[in-house]
Amino acid sequence: MPEAVPLSWYLILSATLFGLGAAGFLIRRNVITVFMSIELMLNAVNLSFVAFSYQFRQVDGHIFTFFVMVVAAAEAAVGLAIILTVFKNRATLQVDEISSLKN
Amino acid sequence: MAVALFLVFAVIAVACAVNLVLQTHPIASAISLIGVMGSLGVLYLLLGGPFIAAVQVIVYAGAIMVLFTFVIMLLNAGAEKKTGRSQAARFLGVPLLVILLGLLSFVIQNLLPPTETVKFGQFTEGSPGDVGRVLFTRYLLPFEVTSVLILVAILGAIVLARKELD
Repeated sequence: MPEAVPLSWYLILSATLFGLGAAGFLIRRNVITVFMSIELMLNAVNLSFVAFSYQFRQVDGHIFTFFVMVVAAAEAAVGLAIILTVFKNRATLQVDEISSLKN
Repeated sequence: MAVALFLVFAVIAVACAVNLVLQTHPIASAISLIGVMGSLGVLYLLLGGPFIAAVQVIVYAGAIMVLFTFVIMLLNAGAEKKTGRSQAARFLGVPLLVILLGLLSFVIQNLLPPTETVKFGQFTEGSPGDVGRVLFTRYLLPFEVTSVLILVAILGAIVLARKELD
């Protein structure tokens, strides 16, 4: 076992979480779970921002992580309001049944 | 010590992420996502970012996930219905994901020199004071723009979710 954690491990963890988030986005059928997969992908990107911030010994990555969190909060508020409205009109959360834009 | 901490919380994060994808009930996915966010907070601490770790727990695991749980409870969302998937997706999905992640890990491992390591305590610029100083000098304009973004998001959420009066 190495003495200290290599930086690449953090990036590999970040890539793994991002891949899992993308997989969840594609295979889940519940619109709330799809939304949570997007949050998982945002978290994975935040981890690589902080890891690179450590590597370059600059705090800028933390600032970007902070901005990503702000945008994620705004996105969650608006997205969940949209989900509420869709549920009020359609009474379903399945993404397959919310397809009126297709026709 | 740092290696053990990293391994423990990385395994927790990946296990919770896999659970998020595999669970069919949204509330179980939400709890798993809180697990991922908490363990990422510990990793931020190891990388020398106490401020961002605190914000991760307070804003992400606190505020945003409470919003998610609230909506799941409000809509009384049950387990999702099984829908037919294509045969190709069923048999190729997991192997292709594993191949993609393996290739990515291989490339990252080869691109970065193995001497590049993370030692706890070597980077101390991530304290709230330092982050605030940079945020309010070099990144002042983006910071103000995000406040407008939040305002627009609040207005949008209210307009979308309000009850029709007539």
